Amino acid sequence: MIKFLTQIGLYFLLLKKVFSKPEKPSVYYKQTMREFVYLGLYSVGIIAIISFFMGAVITLQTAYNTENPIYPTYLIGLGCRDSIILEFSSTVAALILAGKVGSNIASEIGTMRVTEQIDALEIMGVNSASYLILPKIIATLLFNPVLTLIAIIVGIFGGWIAGTLSGVITSENFIYGIQYAFIPYYITYSMIKTVFFAFIITSVSGFQGYYVNGGSLEVGRASTKAVVYSSVLILLFNVILTQLLLS
Amino acid sequence: MISVKNLNKSFNGISVLNNISVTFETGKTNLIIGRSGSGKTVLLKSIVGLHEVESGEIWYEDTLFNKLDFAGKKEIRSEIGMLFQGSALFDSLTVEQNVRFPLDMFTDKSPAEKNERVDFCLNRVNIINANKLFPSELSGGMKKRVAIARAISLNPKYLFCDEPNSGLDPITAILIDELIKELTEEYSMTTIVNTHDMNSVMEIGEKIIFISDGVKCWEGNKNEILSSDCETLNDFVFANALAKKLRSKEK
Repeated sequence: MIKFLTQIGLYFLLLKKVFSKPEKPSVYYKQTMREFVYLGLYSVGIIAIISFFMGAVITLQTAYNTENPIYPTYLIGLGCRDSIILEFSSTVAALILAGKVGSNIASEIGTMRVTEQIDALEIMGVNSASYLILPKIIATLLFNPVLTLIAIIVGIFGGWIAGTLSGVITSENFIYGIQYAFIPYYITYSMIKTVFFAFIITSVSGFQGYYVNGGSLEVGRASTKAVVYSSVLILLFNVILTQLLLS
Repeated sequence: MISVKNLNKSFNGISVLNNISVTFETGKTNLIIGRSGSGKTVLLKSIVGLHEVESGEIWYEDTLFNKLDFAGKKEIRSEIGMLFQGSALFDSLTVEQNVRFPLDMFTDKSPAEKNERVDFCLNRVNIINANKLFPSELSGGMKKRVAIARAISLNPKYLFCDEPNSGLDPITAILIDELIKELTEEYSMTTIVNTHDMNSVMEIGEKIIFISDGVKCWEGNKNEILSSDCETLNDFVFANALAKKLRSKEK
């Protein structure tokens, strides 16, 4: 219990350091641009692939579970749209990013710790926590909503392709379904969740990497912990945010 | 000048530095020598503030360093250059960007002035045509030299070197030692070097302290080290049988 509380305390102390005034904003700006590419742009591919197939599977599952003639077939499109917007584009995408981006951050910062690169920054008088973690947080907070939008679009597209090619729904009915009873607030809800999840992924992974102590084995462990803790927190905050935003 | 007074440091209740007091002189290459695990690196990292000490004082000229807040330490650190055991070059940056990093972070020089300074520092350590290479593409000796170039890019008053020639062949090691000595004299820096390499001791040891199990056992220079009465120091200096034999013949 004491160890757990110590970790929580260390996490918030690290956040205090991370959000202190940057030494040289121009250097931080360049670093943030770099993170946009590494953490954001390089994640577009995996998010697009997963979203496409998720959308396809949701459509097929919805179709095969609603074969009762009472249900109009356009509900398949509606189900696909709402499932993707409400849950898959934000939460499932965040879990994927926790694996990809989270492990990347923890291993990058952890390696810098064990090879004394963080010590070198400190010796120069650089606030290493802020320099290494703040640009990553800013980049993901700004770019992950874009990834979520991509996930929504590609996911629905995947659903349409799977639905029409398999013959479970006509193109007209699917398009009617995705337009039917659309609630724009669901997009806002999804974006709010994405921003929270982005912060969890980068800050928790940064924390795990920053406090690595030892060698390459510990860097590997930190990387695993970053993914596990981020995922658990994402699931926990998913419940809390859903209750707060949709109740 | 850097002075350390009654310095104590422990990890998990195990004492690593025990009441160390020493003065490191300006314009000289000061050496901390001792066996592996004797506390040399902890002493060096305590002096630069990477480790918090339990008790004792660390003075940079007239400033009590270990009682300063982050901003105060930052000001002193702007005058510090450090060469780490593994070089600690930033993997994601090229050689040129590594040396330019402190200039980008702490100066308002124009890009042309920064380029000029980067070229000067790299030339000074004999790194030619490697500006665009990444640290992973460099040899061990080149990495050390680039790390030295980065350390001197802001004209530091204090230079710290942790095992500067570990893992290097004897000739490259001597070149690195000579470079450190030359730079110390050229910029009149206070240089502190951690080493357990006797070649370095005899080459550049203007002031030497020997520590064993966290205790300072001996202080002197390279001329005095061979005739010391300190038994632990003699065991360290004359570690191999040949050296012992030569010494007994001398006696």
